Amino acid sequence: MDILIYLIPASLLLGGIGLAAFFWALKDRQFEDPLGDANRILKPDWEDHPAPQSKSA
Amino acid sequence: MTYVEHPSLMACPACAVVPSAERLASLAAPQSTRLMLSLPTAHCALCMTTIEHGLENLPGVRSARVNLSLRRVSVDADADVTADRLILNLARLGYEAHELDAGLLSATETDRQSQELLMRLGVAGFSMMNVMLLSVAVWSGAEDATRQLFHWISAIIALPTVAFAGQPFFRSAWACIKARRLGMDVPISLALILACAMSLFETVMGGRYAYFDAAVSLTFFLLAGRYLDHRTRAVARSAAEHLAALEVPRAQVLREGAEIVLPLAQVVVGDLVRVRPGGRMPVDGVVMDGASEVDRSLLTGETLPVYTGPGSRVSAGEVNLTGPLTLRVTAAGRDSSLHQMADLVAVAESAKTLYTGLAERAAQIYAPLVHLLSGGAFVFWLWQTGGDVRFAINISAAVLIITCPCALGLAVPAVVTAASGKLFRKGLLIKHGTALERLAEVDTVVFDKTGTLTLGLPEPVGLSDYPAEVISVAMALAAASSHPLAVALAAHSAAQGIRPAVLTALHEVPGYGVEGQWQGELARLGRATWVGATPLSVTATYLMLNGATFAFAFTDRLRPGAEVAVAALMAQGKQVVLLSGDGEGAVAPMAARLGITDWTANALPTDKAARVAALTAHGHKVLMVGDGLNDTAALVAAHVSISPASALDAARVASDIVLLGQDMAPIVDALRIASQARRRIKENFAISAAYNIVAVPLALAGLASPLAAALAMSLSSITVSLNALRLR
Repeated sequence: MDILIYLIPASLLLGGIGLAAFFWALKDRQFEDPLGDANRILKPDWEDHPAPQSKSA
Repeated sequence: MTYVEHPSLMACPACAVVPSAERLASLAAPQSTRLMLSLPTAHCALCMTTIEHGLENLPGVRSARVNLSLRRVSVDADADVTADRLILNLARLGYEAHELDAGLLSATETDRQSQELLMRLGVAGFSMMNVMLLSVAVWSGAEDATRQLFHWISAIIALPTVAFAGQPFFRSAWACIKARRLGMDVPISLALILACAMSLFETVMGGRYAYFDAAVSLTFFLLAGRYLDHRTRAVARSAAEHLAALEVPRAQVLREGAEIVLPLAQVVVGDLVRVRPGGRMPVDGVVMDGASEVDRSLLTGETLPVYTGPGSRVSAGEVNLTGPLTLRVTAAGRDSSLHQMADLVAVAESAKTLYTGLAERAAQIYAPLVHLLSGGAFVFWLWQTGGDVRFAINISAAVLIITCPCALGLAVPAVVTAASGKLFRKGLLIKHGTALERLAEVDTVVFDKTGTLTLGLPEPVGLSDYPAEVISVAMALAAASSHPLAVALAAHSAAQGIRPAVLTALHEVPGYGVEGQWQGELARLGRATWVGATPLSVTATYLMLNGATFAFAFTDRLRPGAEVAVAALMAQGKQVVLLSGDGEGAVAPMAARLGITDWTANALPTDKAARVAALTAHGHKVLMVGDGLNDTAALVAAHVSISPASALDAARVASDIVLLGQDMAPIVDALRIASQARRRIKENFAISAAYNIVAVPLALAGLASPLAAALAMSLSSITVSLNALRLR
């Protein structure tokens, strides 16, 4: 059972990375328009180099 | 709202003193504006592309981005781009749009709150997963040192999580206790604190059972319910607020010979106010100068414009149609008739919150019951075991945890969110938390006519009875005026392919009509008395040509979906009533066309409210649909009320639901979805009660393990959420 010494911190670390990613997404306002973002992938026009989005859309 | 961006590129203090070239340039260049428009009919990727491209191709528009969840578009543009132009272009693309106040929108309080809730939800979810993982190991038989270690790690994760994520419950429970009330949040907080404290104690003592997983998953599920609830409300509230921001509270005041624009709050009695044609009266007053016609339909429901000249009294909210007017203010701001009506509404509004929703009624039964059970268990086991406090507390905490209303906390928000989302997609905005439940009880529907069943837009009838020559002259005259009847006449004849005659010396006589020369003859289009015709009983405009007079009658165009809606409501067995402030000549044919037998014309605002009150007194639950100031009292008196987005401010404030689009058919869906939603809520209560009936005896008997608690909690929460999603 010594393996637990590595596995538990590892699982916590991975979970923590997920949590940090969630915080980042939240701060980045990615939950602002879920319906619109879902539909945006269906837009017929696309760019090779999309401009950075305005954060307060 | 305008804003100027000047990123500070300079670091040294000396440079900061010198205005940078960039700054100077930005001062000279046109400032940019951000405009927000509400788009009630946008719904898919194609709409999004069409709208964004359509707007971005306009000169002066820098970028446009649609938010489909909130049904709005934000546009960055040069300062000279007006919302009206954008709205006009969107109308050409086939999308209805209304302007919103961007200033209110940027970062509102509700927005911040929902971010905060979401963050707490994320934290609770993270630690729930980790603690559950450790708990599964314990449940499947970890012993001694391993179990101890796992309990300690769980404690390290769970305690900070509950302290952080549980704050919304602790805060509201504390507020309840201070107010000496027993809300749903008191047992929740008690369960969280007791579970944590007891588990920590057991961990220190090396005990078998720890409820850290229960405490954390409880927090998670309850936060999920709270977040759903908050989001539905926030979306509705912000959209309603922004609709309210449509009307700009300003007036053009003449002071010392100069015309200045003042906020309404600064206008005082005795000021001279100018109102341009097409403008809404900002104040009550007496006309000092100018002649015009005013449209009182929003206040009284009359569709016939009323002549006004020097000495006539006008009230705030009326629309000036033809000529500029100068008013001497008799009442402004708080004292104006418009505002007094709005105040009445505010009083009645607070009375309406007395309605207790299903959730509240459930909490009223639930909270005392849970405390009683848990306290009873504690006393019983203390007596039974001969004073074993640790065991007794264990049992009473287990009872609290198992009965804890995870499912109850989700039962209402999950259904309301699903239903409001559905209705929002159909173009209905639920403003009030209990509106859906009240809507489900409705058995009588009362409609207003002008602006509700109709669009308030006149449409000429029987044009083909006249010779083409007459129509083409009338059309040429009509084109020179901005009077709604003239605009309708010109547009309608143009649509029929008629070309306007060539007239000279065209000019508008404010308050009377338009005149011009046609083949050397005087031609006039306007009021009956002015052209020498005998007035009809319906809305009409009159033409004088070659000594003869012609009357063009108008009818109000029916709102799209109105016929379908009324027919469907009748098919559902609802009683449909039409109450209008308009004359009988206009109401009777409308009622006949819609198949409404119970109608009243010439109804005063008090008559409408009295009728609604009488229906209520007879035990009917009334849904009032209205848009005017004359409807507000009735809207407030009704059990639940709906107003279209084009309604007057006061009416929209008074109503529980706002119809965003022009189409009326969603009202029928709303009634259907509401009664379905109420059924789902009741089913959800039954489901969570069933789980409790099974689990509570186990807990009382001291047989509940953390595993049983976790199972009961997760299963009931998930079934309840799935049941909510069944809404169609």
